[in-house]
Amino acid sequence: MEEKELLPHLFRTEYRKLVAVLCYLFGIEHVEIAEDIASDTFLAAAETWAIKGVPENPAAWLYTVAKNRTKNHLKRNALFEQKVASEIRYSSDKEAEIEIDMSPRNITDSQLAMIFAVCNPLIPADSQVALALNLLCGFGVQEIADAFLLNKEVVYKRIQRAKEKLKEGEISIAAPSATEITDRLETVLTTIYLLYSEGYYSISQNTTLRKELCAEAIRLNFLLMESELTDRPEVSALLSLMCFHSSRFEARTNQNGEMVLYEDQDESLWNRELIERGTYYLSRASTGDKLSRYHLEAGIAYWHTHKEDSPEKWESILDLYNHLLAIEYSPVAALNRIYALAKVHGKEAGIAEAERLNLTNNHFYYSLLGNLYAGIDKAQAVAHYETAIKLAHSESDKAILFRNIARLQDNAG
Amino acid sequence: MDEFLLVFRRDFKDKENQPSPEQLQEHFEKWHAWYDRMTAEGRIVLRRRWDGEGLVVNAQKTVLNGPYAEIKETIGGAVIIRATDYEEAAELAKTVPILEFGGNVEIRKAL
Repeated sequence: MEEKELLPHLFRTEYRKLVAVLCYLFGIEHVEIAEDIASDTFLAAAETWAIKGVPENPAAWLYTVAKNRTKNHLKRNALFEQKVASEIRYSSDKEAEIEIDMSPRNITDSQLAMIFAVCNPLIPADSQVALALNLLCGFGVQEIADAFLLNKEVVYKRIQRAKEKLKEGEISIAAPSATEITDRLETVLTTIYLLYSEGYYSISQNTTLRKELCAEAIRLNFLLMESELTDRPEVSALLSLMCFHSSRFEARTNQNGEMVLYEDQDESLWNRELIERGTYYLSRASTGDKLSRYHLEAGIAYWHTHKEDSPEKWESILDLYNHLLAIEYSPVAALNRIYALAKVHGKEAGIAEAERLNLTNNHFYYSLLGNLYAGIDKAQAVAHYETAIKLAHSESDKAILFRNIARLQDNAG
Repeated sequence: MDEFLLVFRRDFKDKENQPSPEQLQEHFEKWHAWYDRMTAEGRIVLRRRWDGEGLVVNAQKTVLNGPYAEIKETIGGAVIIRATDYEEAAELAKTVPILEFGGNVEIRKAL
């Protein structure tokens, strides 16, 4: 690797490991010290490596420096010593060595424990993703602010509030037990999917940053799969879903950064490798008797990787949406189900079901009605699209709706 | 020209301290540039890479691990340079990259 990329690369991969191992050792109440030691280690690297070059094994150098910084900190800080001495089995004998375990095994265990501590329902929803990015992915306040187009102070406050919640709740950073995994895995997966969606659906034009968020979600998901404890079918199902979505990342926007609807996407831009991986993880998820929302959503996404319409495709999608709505109702899923239903049973059947939903404050509802009326009643179709435009928030949503109206006007019908 | 010892310290408990990967790279390049400039100007008397260990002996003759003068600070490097007087040494110290992330520079003149 070029020397120029080395430090940023190491920071991306090693900073979060240092934070995880140190938090695992100290407990959540000393999370700031863990972060300070990790940051200081990298600043020391920048200073020292500038004098006589990069050491032979830079990661090992970082681990050694972090270990020494930690030992010194523990020995010098009397208060810290008293408070956590028993927890970390640090003997009062000044000569005793404190073991700071930077083995791959302990790094993995620490990261897993951190995921379960951070993805905790105690954290307010708006802080959840910011905290995960900060503590699990090593993103700084400024980077998170850039990703969410938020003010730096707002992000800082959110992260602080989330950390306070973890401390108040005395959340322990420990290997989760089998019961805890069963109880809490859903929250963990929700957070990972939220992080992924922030990247995938973000209104930010910064594609690099958005892809990074998606990649971070996938990496956290991988960590869960690497551990026997958490390698459960729904974890594979979520990874499959994220692979299918990611395969269309390039095809979703045109050169001007505008959204391209699924039907208009250039299939040759779909990433075949990701589709294959998604298919593999979906088959890997097909064990056990639990059917999670991720199984169903991955199944729907799988069928969407077949561009060609076929009766089998839309019947399968309709069936999957029926199951999904039974597990977890959402207006968006209900509207998507009707789109599939219209593909199977015809547009009239779709209109009848749609009008029963009566989601009159939702622009997707009117957009769907516009689509269903197209080819049946042009005036109605245009009227629905126009209502949708009034309700839509984003410019890209509005642009798509205007294009739909233009298309209707062009086709005599 | 006199010889001055510059000792670099960093306040380690600064909440805003976490650099971004890009900032870290810039920081690294600034250190490079700083040492290059000092070398080009013929100011370097002694330049070493110091290990991260270090010992401190206190009044009770207890030997403590770590080079820290105070709990909240960590010592980075130290260098001996040539400068005409304290004033010039201080001007040079103002350009040391350690100041970027809550650091400070201690200056001592060799007699």
